[in-house]
Amino acid sequence: MKRSFFSIFTVLVLMGMILSACGPSATPTEAPVAPVPTEAPVEEQPAATEAPAMVEETVTIGFTSSLTGAQEVSSKRQVAGFNVWMNQLNEAGGIKLSDGTVVKFAAQTYDDESTKERVQELYTRLITEDNADFLISPYSSGLTAAASIIAEQNGKVMITAGAAEDDAYKTGNTSLFQLYTPGSKYLISTVDMLKTLDPEAKVAIVHENDKFSTSVVDGLKPYLESQGSEVVYVEPYASDTADFSPVINQIVQSGATVLLGGGHYPDGSNFARQLYERKVGLKFISLLVAPADSKFPELGDAALGVSTSSQWELAATHTPEEAEALGKEFFGPTGEEFAAAYEAATGEKPTYHVAGGYAAGLVLQKAIQDADSIDPEKVKAALEAMDIFTFYGGIKFDTTPDAHGLQLSHEMVVAQWQKDDTGTLVRKVVWPADVANADPLYPVPAP
Amino acid sequence: MQQINLLLTSLPDGILLGFVYGLAAMGLTLIWGVMNVINLAHGPIIALGMFGTFFMFSRTGLNPYVSLIPIAIFGLLIGILIYTVAVHRVINAPHLSSLLATFSVNMIIIGLGTAILTTSPYNVDFTAGSFKLGSITLLGTRLIAALVAMLFTGGLYLFLYRTRPGKFIRAVANNRAAAELMGIPSTRILALSFALGTMLAAVSGALIATFFPFSILAGGSYELKSFVIGVLGGLGNPIGALFGGLILGMLEGIIPAFLESSWVPVIEFGLFVVILLVRPSGLFGAKQ
Repeated sequence: MKRSFFSIFTVLVLMGMILSACGPSATPTEAPVAPVPTEAPVEEQPAATEAPAMVEETVTIGFTSSLTGAQEVSSKRQVAGFNVWMNQLNEAGGIKLSDGTVVKFAAQTYDDESTKERVQELYTRLITEDNADFLISPYSSGLTAAASIIAEQNGKVMITAGAAEDDAYKTGNTSLFQLYTPGSKYLISTVDMLKTLDPEAKVAIVHENDKFSTSVVDGLKPYLESQGSEVVYVEPYASDTADFSPVINQIVQSGATVLLGGGHYPDGSNFARQLYERKVGLKFISLLVAPADSKFPELGDAALGVSTSSQWELAATHTPEEAEALGKEFFGPTGEEFAAAYEAATGEKPTYHVAGGYAAGLVLQKAIQDADSIDPEKVKAALEAMDIFTFYGGIKFDTTPDAHGLQLSHEMVVAQWQKDDTGTLVRKVVWPADVANADPLYPVPAP
Repeated sequence: MQQINLLLTSLPDGILLGFVYGLAAMGLTLIWGVMNVINLAHGPIIALGMFGTFFMFSRTGLNPYVSLIPIAIFGLLIGILIYTVAVHRVINAPHLSSLLATFSVNMIIIGLGTAILTTSPYNVDFTAGSFKLGSITLLGTRLIAALVAMLFTGGLYLFLYRTRPGKFIRAVANNRAAAELMGIPSTRILALSFALGTMLAAVSGALIATFFPFSILAGGSYELKSFVIGVLGGLGNPIGALFGGLILGMLEGIIPAFLESSWVPVIEFGLFVVILLVRPSGLFGAKQ
């Protein structure tokens, strides 16, 4: 009797787990994100010649953040970057429109627990109950895909930060505007670098089996083939994989000399650690997302030599001179000003996830200024016409029906963890060569 | 040939990991075997064991294997606390009551843990080297973890069969009313049994932390494996749990040699259902 109860219970637990993946979460926890104070001011929009009566208008920006769950690390950084932008702008007096309206910003946010179900519930709430005027995406492509459906259904403009996957922009959506370099182009810079370092490299692709990583691999494989690189092993792994031993054994058996792959922070940091422990002897390892975070050196020597494709690095930040050379407008603070503001607010150095969050606000600010209005349709038109440079890089959105909102102008760099003169792990930009502040460590030192 | 080679290289990893799975499952099955309580706080206790290793290693530099001693003591104490506060009063109530009681403890630990430690991954930057046997690489941390798991299994066996309190536990598990009539203090013995179960969970978590990064939510997957192992090995049979763990570990080593790793849970739980249907007492029977 008691054995059968245990057995039935275990079956129910298993069924529950499966159903929980299909149904809405039963544990609503909503935690507002505290704004981060900052001191650095932002340049204001010039006021109209004859100053009309001042009317202050507060624009509500809605988004969810993953305060808990698998996306916590990167999501918190994205939100921290956004908060720095919002506080800077509000403290500087907001945006002044020609009709005398002063636009200030307020954020409405909830913890999405890193689950799609919560994202859909909360974005619906943000739109219908909190009356958010504009939306920022949650962090990660999977969560953003869930949020994008709600945004699109309600016709709300959503700036998608922290979401690189291409597909959401190829399904007829017209309200999404992507800041990240699309997933299909994510590892192009890395492959270009490899071609110069080792044209004979044998590549293993081992990646998280999720939307973002799969879209990266979908773009990576044909590009590798077009470059004549040999792909000897391709393997997706489940997001919650703890033991990478069987996969690592397969990489060794395949004869690969280079590994490209990974997914997000939890699995990527675990993967890097196990690769190091097993002394696999790969010449080069590039993982998505995880090595871009400042937590990554907690792995110790396992972090040494691990590379990542980065959306932004302070050492390779984009400049007004670069914009001028390209004949484009440079908008917002310089990379150094942004980094100083962020450090003043948080005491930490910014990562690309932070920069992405800040840039999401900056792009919205620019669109409102260009539209000279907070009317969603006018702001959307301004976004569609946008072709600018910021410290974060180029911003230009695809406006064709086939891929509306897809990022066209932003480019990535390759960063690698190396040791400085004091033996401290530091993230260096190693590609493209014209912005690199270190040579690539190739092959990476044997453990 | 390549598949066979891959099998040979992956199987030892799975077996070594299986010992630790078995140790975790032993705690769950011991509690169930003695008092018919499904301890849903098992996963969070495993996670607390992980954090025990992390804090003692990162803050005091204590070797993770030395820190097993305070973690085991912590496991015993928290087990007594959970039993006294949440389980004792519902021990004779329907199963659902104890299930909800331990689920509440689960939620409390996870909630507190999330508030204090967040759900970010933590990493114990510790290595015990590795050993090459031909194409097979054995990690020192896994070898030691397997040895510790065997030691704890042997210790538990000796405790249950060679010591007076151990015999009391078996007596209470067999027939609590009769044991009480013989003068055995059943409340204290039940508390001890629960404490031993949580100690095994905490120690297994402490060992897992030496080879995988973890968060406060990490215990959940090992709790689920413990349920499966409990059924595979025979409920209430700690030694069976160790063998159940080995089977699960071997499957995790073998399957990726032939199929994509996403097939691992499909086959594991498929086998679990088959065992339930054809041999519900588990592969190694059950000792009451």
